[in-house]
Amino acid sequence: MAKRFDIKDLNIYYGKFHAVNSVNLAVPPRNVTAFIGPSGCGKSTVLRSLNRMHEVIPGARVEGKVLLDGEDIYASNVDPVEVRRTIGMVFQRPNPFPTMSIRDNVVAGLRLAGVKNKKHLDEVAERSLRGANLWNEVKDRLDRPGGGLSGGQQQRLCIARAIAVQPDVLLMDEPCSALDPISTLAIEDLITELKKEYTIVIVTHNMQQAARVSDQTAFFNLLGVGQPGQLIEVDDTEKIFSNPGQKATEDYISGRFG
Amino acid sequence: MTATLTDPNRPAQAPAFQKISPARQFKNYLAMTLMGLAFLVAVVPLVWLLFTVVSNGYSALVNGDWWSKSLKGVLPEQFAGGVYHALYGSIMQALVCALIAVPIGILTAVYLVEYGNNGRFARLTTFMVDILSGVPSIVAALFVFALWVTTFGFETSAFAVSLALVLLMLPVVVRSTEEMLRLVPDELREASYALGVPKWKTIVKIVLPTALSGIVTGVMLATARVMGETAPVLVLVGYSRSINFDIFGGNMASLPLLIYNELLNPEEAGQLRVWGAALTLILLIMFFNLVATVISRFSAIKTK
Repeated sequence: MAKRFDIKDLNIYYGKFHAVNSVNLAVPPRNVTAFIGPSGCGKSTVLRSLNRMHEVIPGARVEGKVLLDGEDIYASNVDPVEVRRTIGMVFQRPNPFPTMSIRDNVVAGLRLAGVKNKKHLDEVAERSLRGANLWNEVKDRLDRPGGGLSGGQQQRLCIARAIAVQPDVLLMDEPCSALDPISTLAIEDLITELKKEYTIVIVTHNMQQAARVSDQTAFFNLLGVGQPGQLIEVDDTEKIFSNPGQKATEDYISGRFG
Repeated sequence: MTATLTDPNRPAQAPAFQKISPARQFKNYLAMTLMGLAFLVAVVPLVWLLFTVVSNGYSALVNGDWWSKSLKGVLPEQFAGGVYHALYGSIMQALVCALIAVPIGILTAVYLVEYGNNGRFARLTTFMVDILSGVPSIVAALFVFALWVTTFGFETSAFAVSLALVLLMLPVVVRSTEEMLRLVPDELREASYALGVPKWKTIVKIVLPTALSGIVTGVMLATARVMGETAPVLVLVGYSRSINFDIFGGNMASLPLLIYNELLNPEEAGQLRVWGAALTLILLIMFFNLVATVISRFSAIKTK
């Protein structure tokens, strides 16, 4: 189940552009790690490189190592499809599959992997929807299209879909940025519950959110225009928000930047 | 004491908004009139054409034999027989054409959108498709004649017509499918990858179903379009007044070919058959467009 990440000397490039410079970071299991920092500093890029999702963009490549429980996910014999099966992801904008019902959306990962047993799929759908705190709201309309739900419900549907394949790690790329405060609260509560079972890495622009949900916070910054993003410091969330080690971190979290 | 906005005793003011100036009103009327005229210019010929074809042709269609009999043994001056043979030919040639062109077209579009990465080969393919869409139908027909009949030695047949129609239909299918696939948001592809679904399965199970409604519409419209093509049937198959079910051999009628042949018939019965066949062709194409609408409604993405 929940696994640990060790990121060693990770450099990320888009073609010739050096996007992120030398990140070293350990993500402990059953723990929430938040990435904060200004726009364009490479938080999302680092997050997407943790399940090899950045490879979707032509020209993207990495140097360095990303170890999942000691196993390098960038080793030459590793299939990126297998990596993504182990490391789930929730995106900034809710993206349920429009052609599928709510139930089919949740079990899409299993169905597309060839699982056909209807009873088993129904069980997984219920377990995942309960896990995402959505079951009570949708249990009477599981056959309706997923696109008919509200934004917050859609995002929880996407979380249910991500945990239905039982990944070891859950990556979240600004999961609340398109949601209202009540839906945001629902998702934050959900993150606190999910961390009992999953290792979670979350990118957020909302520092209160980072302070509320995370155990560990990593601050990324940009040294200048055209320069690669840098990991400035990483520490316990409490320490980052009360007594950060770097001046840049303090400036950022207290609103004195730029 | 200062007069505030809520003070009931403050003096009335002149309204801040003024009437539309005469110059603007005039420009507005001018633009409206021009648009109305443009609409009329577009619609009048269409209505006129439909009216002429319907009024001249409908009396042929109400004859019970029209939909079920061929013209076998019918004399040029005789008001008898029907267009069943030509209807069969038109539909069959278009369907065989669609059977070949649709898979190739959809696969080409999938390559261009999902795998091409706008690379050199993808751009070359797009360029070729553009050229193909500009090829006149008579050139496509002559090409198939040169290849299929002269080089390979096959006889002229309905299948040769279908091959020429493939050349005309392919670029339309590629173009419309490509546009539909590009409308599928990348977020859906990423959501699927993030679940550990391989790329090919993402395309088959997520991308294509999402774009299905638009793809089907495009295919149906392209099929309807090639049904009216005349040059391939003139070059690649002989006219027959009787029913021929064999697409690989012998002469086979189609609606455009029947119209062309009956035009050479000076008798009144021939004129009626021309108008009747023209109306039948319009109805057939309209039927296909209607089916396209129904299918796209039916397979459209629902949110409720």
